Amino acid sequence: MFALEALGASTLDLLAFSPPGWGATLLRGLWNSVQIATGAYALGALIGIAGAYGKLYGSPVTKDLLAVYTTVVRAVPELVLILILYFAVADAVNQVILALGGSRIEINGVAAGIAVLGVVQGAYATEVLRGAILAVPAGQIEAARAMGMSPILLARRITMPLMLSFAIPGLANLWLVATKDTALLAVVGFAELTQATRQAASTTKAFFTFYAAAGVLYLILSIASTILFSRIEKWARRGQRRMGG
Amino acid sequence: MLKELMIPRRLVMLAIAAFLIGLCIAYGRWDWLAVPKYQKMMLTGIWNTVTLLVLTMIIGMALAIPLGLAQAVGPWYLARPAQAFCGLIRGTPLLLQLFLLYYGIGSLFPGIPGIRDSIFWPILRDAWYFGVFGLSLSVAGYEGEVMRGAFKGVPHGQLEAATAMGMPPVTLFRRIWLPQALHRVLPTLGGETVLQMKCTPLVAMITVMDIYAVSSRVRAETLIVYEPLLMLAVVYLAITGVIVTLFRWFERRVPTRTA
Amino acid sequence: MKTFALAAIAALTLGTAALADPVKIGVASEAYPPFTSPDASGNWVGWEVDFINAVCAAEAMDCVITPVAWDGIIPSLTSGQIDVIMSSMSITEERMKTIDFSDKYYNTPALIVAAKGTVASADAAGLAGKIIGVQASTTHEAYVNAHFAADAAEVKVYLTQDEANQDLAAGRIDAIQADSIAMDAFLGSEAGKACCEAVGAVAPDPAILGMGVGAGIRKGDTELLAKINAGIAKVIADGTYDTITKAYFASSIYGG
Repeated sequence: MFALEALGASTLDLLAFSPPGWGATLLRGLWNSVQIATGAYALGALIGIAGAYGKLYGSPVTKDLLAVYTTVVRAVPELVLILILYFAVADAVNQVILALGGSRIEINGVAAGIAVLGVVQGAYATEVLRGAILAVPAGQIEAARAMGMSPILLARRITMPLMLSFAIPGLANLWLVATKDTALLAVVGFAELTQATRQAASTTKAFFTFYAAAGVLYLILSIASTILFSRIEKWARRGQRRMGG
Repeated sequence: MLKELMIPRRLVMLAIAAFLIGLCIAYGRWDWLAVPKYQKMMLTGIWNTVTLLVLTMIIGMALAIPLGLAQAVGPWYLARPAQAFCGLIRGTPLLLQLFLLYYGIGSLFPGIPGIRDSIFWPILRDAWYFGVFGLSLSVAGYEGEVMRGAFKGVPHGQLEAATAMGMPPVTLFRRIWLPQALHRVLPTLGGETVLQMKCTPLVAMITVMDIYAVSSRVRAETLIVYEPLLMLAVVYLAITGVIVTLFRWFERRVPTRTA
Repeated sequence: MKTFALAAIAALTLGTAALADPVKIGVASEAYPPFTSPDASGNWVGWEVDFINAVCAAEAMDCVITPVAWDGIIPSLTSGQIDVIMSSMSITEERMKTIDFSDKYYNTPALIVAAKGTVASADAAGLAGKIIGVQASTTHEAYVNAHFAADAAEVKVYLTQDEANQDLAAGRIDAIQADSIAMDAFLGSEAGKACCEAVGAVAPDPAILGMGVGAGIRKGDTELLAKINAGIAKVIADGTYDTITKAYFASSIYGG
């Protein structure tokens, strides 16, 4: 029993907020993870909207190019994509700058992570949003067109609000994928939660404690996100007939 | 599919793609491909990756069926744990789960005397089993959700009719419920297999020698940055193509009645 | 097209700085005690961190320690995300094809550490049939693959040295080859004392193990290279090197 108490006491010590406890480091890592996930999610959503419209209403060449984009990104593991994009993006930008005659610039680490994950998210978001737009009742869009609404007004007033309620489950899934994919950035050395956990575990040798603690933090994030998204879905579905129970 | 390609714009795109690939081959450093040591390693890596995928999909689906069933119709003492398990697996990153399994459990070993003489030692010392276990749990967690939807989606009338005819529950499950649920799930199963294939590189983080680990080793020894990664992407694209083709063939063989 | 490209680049670099002032010193984000390791407040501490600060102070450079994943550290240098690598990187011919190195600032032998009583000697005979663990992308990985892989049962590659140490303590591997100083830290710890012993140094092989540890610089960045070399010389000459070393180790690690 004393051994268990001692174990509990030392575990709490390790996780304590102020040094030498690593609690603050883990929380900082979590905050970084959330920041990167939010940025990547937003970028992915933007790419997704452009991609979905391109796939539905674009020229045949656009459709083909977007098909290649989504197929490649959905077929190659995120880990490999992150590695390729991480080195390629930094390299490419610097090559372009050097070619244009400027001096090398540094790319903010967080920006690179957001760009990389955003491109990956964009491919999935394209598919989700395309499916959601297709689910909007065609009659409504036709009626709006018949009334002479311009395409932008149509998108803003009819397609987007209706599409949102269909897209929310897929988008909620994408958000959870984004939060978990930030863990892969540990492989390129980003200071997010998994990396902070590995460093803490390596330094203190309390592997079980820290990986379990990180798991708990991710779980809290995922449960909170699920609750948030179900609220958002209820709001998006307001005014619609309730689906059969 | 060949007919779809034979239109001008697609032929132009193919030509451009071939040109870009030609540039990559001409200007990239591909001499490492000729080294027999690396060739052997790559074949071993691809074999390990494919074995891992097939094994974990089979074990994971076998676990997912009871998980889905428990959540669909189980009593609360079966449904709640199943739900908690699926939520745990889907709520935490796979990388973390693998680290926790391999290094977390490994850190407990010194505290257990005599563990090296136990019969479990060959399993506990080898990272391969941890990789299979971790990935199978992940498949079970995600597919458990899918199977839950599938089981719930089988038309209730069929089950009622079977019960009315006096079918015992096990036979009902075996003959009506499970086949219909699997049938509903088949179209998405191909996509799910691809998703699980994309998780396999993570076992390289716990020292399993899959194709990603081989490419890392080549990159470390030759200091070439992009070419091994591009080769890796091509390998994964090829495996995806095989999976998709296999499932399409399989779907064609299973008779469906589309309304 | 050009304006669009420029605009895109400008957007991408929002919140970034031009490469004028702070010199970004890349260290491996995986902890490598006692040379570099993070403490609970997130600061980097260790012999190498102190050394970096001393060199930067000697040359009046504004240095920023930038953690990067170890197996991506050379591409990070060549693509400009960091300016110098000072992370216990050995000077080898292979690496010199891609980057330049400063003068060496320490040189320690490679050690085989094994579970007590299992490995008799630090050579192919002693390691026959054993499972050897090494850290990825290190000279030790290359050495083990070149010299011992044929006789050993298996070579397991870990992302961090600590994970390899962990598996040695757990009994999953029979031996590790790593830097002797890093292993001293492990053997001094509770887990290390209980499980393992140092078997001995491996036969030297400068082609693979390299000629000491130096700072990595981009090819052609001669100004920075000269500054780093000057800084290293100053730190060694005025005794700061010995002061820093005394705080961590019993004897000098400069090596021959």
